[in-house]
Amino acid sequence: MQQVVILGAGTGGSIMANRLRKQATRGELSLTVIDPAAQHIYQPGLLFLPFGQTTEKKILRPNRHFIDRGVSLVQQPVKSLDAAARAVTLGDGSVINYDVLIIATGTKIAPEETEGLTGDGWYTNRFDFYTLEGARALRPALEKFTGGHLVINIVDMPIKCPVAPLEFAFLADAFFHKRGIRDKVRISYVTPLDAAFTKPVAAKVFGDFLSKKGIELVSEFNTGRVEGNQLISWDERTVDFDLLVTIPLHSGADFLKGSEIADDLGFVRVNKGSLQNEKYPEIFALGDAANVPTAKAGAVVHFESELLSENILRFLRKEPLLADFDGHANCFIETGHGKATLIDFSYNTEPLPGKFPYAGIGPLQLLKETRINHWGKLAFRFIYWYILLPARWLPIGRHFTMKGKYRPS
Amino acid sequence: MATKTLGGRTVEVDEQGYLKNAADWNEELAKALAADIGISEMTEGHWKVVNFMRERYLKNGDAPSIRTLGKDSGVTTKELYQLFPKGPAKLAAYVAGIPKPRGCI
Repeated sequence: MQQVVILGAGTGGSIMANRLRKQATRGELSLTVIDPAAQHIYQPGLLFLPFGQTTEKKILRPNRHFIDRGVSLVQQPVKSLDAAARAVTLGDGSVINYDVLIIATGTKIAPEETEGLTGDGWYTNRFDFYTLEGARALRPALEKFTGGHLVINIVDMPIKCPVAPLEFAFLADAFFHKRGIRDKVRISYVTPLDAAFTKPVAAKVFGDFLSKKGIELVSEFNTGRVEGNQLISWDERTVDFDLLVTIPLHSGADFLKGSEIADDLGFVRVNKGSLQNEKYPEIFALGDAANVPTAKAGAVVHFESELLSENILRFLRKEPLLADFDGHANCFIETGHGKATLIDFSYNTEPLPGKFPYAGIGPLQLLKETRINHWGKLAFRFIYWYILLPARWLPIGRHFTMKGKYRPS
Repeated sequence: MATKTLGGRTVEVDEQGYLKNAADWNEELAKALAADIGISEMTEGHWKVVNFMRERYLKNGDAPSIRTLGKDSGVTTKELYQLFPKGPAKLAAYVAGIPKPRGCI
């Protein structure tokens, strides 16, 4: 029996384990998933936690619940990978050998990479919301905030869920409105990009949302260091804050840093169509851990997993691999006051307006703020737990399509 | 296929306007690419960064991050932002004739 080892029990690792378990013939392969954590975090929930719009109970579940019983789950961190020997060494010193390795270790924030960021004030008036600890600590800080300058700052790209910082800004605007102190809170969105978003059509739409909500946009700000209550850019511009919500530099897992299979930030080098490492053909990666040029987001993992499970089986059966992953991604974007918008895009096509998933019908609308989109986002948590992770069928194809979309003139 | 004419030479570029074939690159073209984004003179520091980026790209197939540039190219991060204001990685990649760095997604 061939040994398939999956590093990571997050979205990508869980879906891959379940998919391969369903698709492989009996006795064809043995599956092992390795992850240091006991709990699975529904990561989109981290956005809502600081605003009291969800609870930890709703967004945490044991990893074991979502991974098929026929898969062994090992709760250990990965210490090192020896790609030449096809061996993974775990935190407890044990060694696991593989015939195929799937890396799904995601990305983590590295606030310590920015000078001064984790110094005085860290988790007092400077927070992240990309970790459970950060989102949890931010909640009372937001509740106690009575006025002043709230700064949302993206340190560097790439980041996980590139729309989450915008959503945070929109939700903060709504939150302070609801508390009746919006006029006492100045909100700024400070980004290294030259606009509110990377791609022009969506950047225009989101830029308009920001200005409509009275959120100031500070662009091309490359954060160099933090001193006291001040962000200082590499070209010596400054932004003062009373409350800082930072989206720190992102990196891959520690065991990948400096590895020959990973890039400078620790993301695994894979072919963007087949998700296979070119130097070690038995190594594959998906999701945030892979260095493919699309968004780091759960939807991408889902679309990638359909191709990757097929490719793993083809690889084990010595058949030619598929190489047609197109970078398909989509995400809901909360805009506050019970509304949301939606984007759907790929390696080659930026987010465009239109209807989704059914052309002309929707019911969801791309790049428009609607209530239905917001309900879609809320419903997605159930879809995630009960359809996406168990790898059940969803009516959205892995290939990007222009159907229902149009390019504004 | 999109093309660009720089310093009297016409070269193929990708959809982002970056040089399509790294092999078309030479120092003359680098000067023209630099001039195209407002760098009128390529100083020693500019060359250090551009050559480092190119070497790394040709070796690894991807561009180094700003942090690696600041640590290993011989030019500090602060100087990087003086040499290539606002976006050192994307501007230096443009001059080095390699694709726009990933991460700008």
